[in-house]
Amino acid sequence: MKLKDKLLASFMAFENKGDIDLDSNVHKIRTEAIETFEKLGFPTKKDEEWKYTSLKTILKNDYSVFPKIGKTVELKYVKEYFLHEIDSYKIVFVDGAYNSFLSDTTHEEADVCLLSAALKKPKYKMIIDHYFDNITSKKDGFSSLNTAFSVEGAFINIPKNTILEKPIQILYFSTGSEKEILLQPRNLVIVGENSHVQIYERHQSLDNNAILTNCVLEIFAHKRAIIDYYKVQNDKENASIIDNTYVQQRQNSIVSINTFTFGGKLTRNNIEVFHEGEHITSNLNGITIIEGKQHVDNHTVINHKYENCESNELYKGIYDDSATGVFNGKVIVDQKAQKTNAFQQNDNILVGDKASINAKPQLEIFADDVKCSHGCTIGQLDEKALFYLQSRGIPKKEAKALMLFAFGNDVVEKIKIPALKSRVTKLISEKLNVELGFEI
Amino acid sequence: MLSIKNLHAGLEDKEILTGINLEIKPGEVHAIMGPNGSGKSTLSSVISGNETYKVNKGEITLNGENILDLSPDERAHKGVFLSFQYPIEIPGVTTTNFIKTAINQKRKAQGLGDLPAKDMLKMIREKAAMLEMDRTFLSRSLNEGFSGGEKKRNEIFQMAMLEPKLAILDETDSGLDIDALKIVANGVNKLKTKDNATIIITHYQRLLDYIVPDFVHVLYNGKIIKSGGKELAHELEEKGYDWLK
Repeated sequence: MKLKDKLLASFMAFENKGDIDLDSNVHKIRTEAIETFEKLGFPTKKDEEWKYTSLKTILKNDYSVFPKIGKTVELKYVKEYFLHEIDSYKIVFVDGAYNSFLSDTTHEEADVCLLSAALKKPKYKMIIDHYFDNITSKKDGFSSLNTAFSVEGAFINIPKNTILEKPIQILYFSTGSEKEILLQPRNLVIVGENSHVQIYERHQSLDNNAILTNCVLEIFAHKRAIIDYYKVQNDKENASIIDNTYVQQRQNSIVSINTFTFGGKLTRNNIEVFHEGEHITSNLNGITIIEGKQHVDNHTVINHKYENCESNELYKGIYDDSATGVFNGKVIVDQKAQKTNAFQQNDNILVGDKASINAKPQLEIFADDVKCSHGCTIGQLDEKALFYLQSRGIPKKEAKALMLFAFGNDVVEKIKIPALKSRVTKLISEKLNVELGFEI
Repeated sequence: MLSIKNLHAGLEDKEILTGINLEIKPGEVHAIMGPNGSGKSTLSSVISGNETYKVNKGEITLNGENILDLSPDERAHKGVFLSFQYPIEIPGVTTTNFIKTAINQKRKAQGLGDLPAKDMLKMIREKAAMLEMDRTFLSRSLNEGFSGGEKKRNEIFQMAMLEPKLAILDETDSGLDIDALKIVANGVNKLKTKDNATIIITHYQRLLDYIVPDFVHVLYNGKIIKSGGKELAHELEEKGYDWLK
């Protein structure tokens, strides 16, 4: 059976499991979503937004849609994936199911818990009904599919005037209990007026079985909220992820989404930002360092609808061997959105002879009093700089690594959690296969 | 120490050096002067191993060992140092971390372990003080946003840290005001021992007032057409190069 048919057939069984009332809003949304998915199906290369990313090799697998749960993992085997050296809240899932042993949730200063449990409490159900699926695309098959099967994920609700001192870690582990698994986590983040939160998210397989994660994250930033969101993608060679992030921002809010992609078979990051107020800042940053036949596709859309808002995008990519990349950055500036500042920069270095990148800035500007810029570079390492480093006694391999490290550094510099910054630095030096020999 | 015999080298399609002979002994300072395009920078690049240039003929030995087959980093490990005319900016890597990496790579090549952090720090402090460098420069990204003079001072700082046997200063005086020039020259003089040697590549006499050479060579059209003592530099300053052609 084709994956699409299998999913459609599975939906009835899923809804009848009775995890929520059939008259709830979420139930209604799921039912509509499966209909949307039935209509749209999975995207193909004929689809303009998927022109350079082929899903053929990952959709041919016979994924188990409801993974077996109950397998536990010991902390010592997964410790390295946590920012274990800092005090934090943690929401941890193993094979799609919540793992209370590894988690550290709260309902005190804020709600940091799991979506399924929140749905069962009237107090939260009202909030979830209000926000859930509000800003996801109804034209995207993957997002609709996720909505239809959404049952578990992180629920983060920060009340107004709250500065959460502890970062939140959201981790999804998959143990490979079955040969081919489809996971569909659903995260909802609501940050109240004047509040501030830092979130770190990671999806990690613990063995080499084929995994497809189709994740949806919705973020709602209220007035003057500040959200720093970090995604670290460094998964195994048979793990693929379609990561859909939707952000709605109210006036004077600042949302930064930072994506670090170092591994995985196929990684697609869709980020779409909607402005609902003036003086909003949106920052999207990313580093991709991949090799072999890995493929990474960063697709961003920023919808400027109000005056005096700002968006900054900085994406860097290093592609070795025959790795391939896509950057597609769309910025839409509405006629009303005067005094918009929108900046986009995408720099790439092709290390491998067969590596390639398709970069496409897409600016659609309908206002006349705006500052918008985009830049895109694709290059090789600077030979003069390499010689400079070598002349100081640094061998070519290390010299190249040092230069690549320096190339990505301005994105690393944006990390505001020191423990994460040193973790990412370490991951980069591992990726570049050298001991850089210094602490940053 | 350094022996260059009948060196022919240049770019893929163009020979720039057309038969260079040069002998340098420990403790000596040699100045190489010459008009633009005479091959001065090519010579310094070829000695330090820049792969952009191709050696067609001849040999270069350092302490009797042929270095032409060595990579730039291997030559550096043998004690060759080039102070660049245009130092490269490396954002994201501080001068301190850069020099630490360089020193420890050299030690690794010599079969030694990393220099203990305490010793490294002490050495960095001493050398920075000798060159009257503002310490804040050391924690800034290498050469990023540095003025021309600061970059040159940073080159000499690296030289002081790496303690080369053969230092080549390529147009080190360009971009330096007179105070910075004195400090840099003073630094180079302090680093001079009876065991190391220096090649100064320059257009002008100016730097040679502060670092006094034992020998002066005139490079023209890829050949050394005249050699002499320090007085030759003065002569060139007065008469220019035309009388030699």
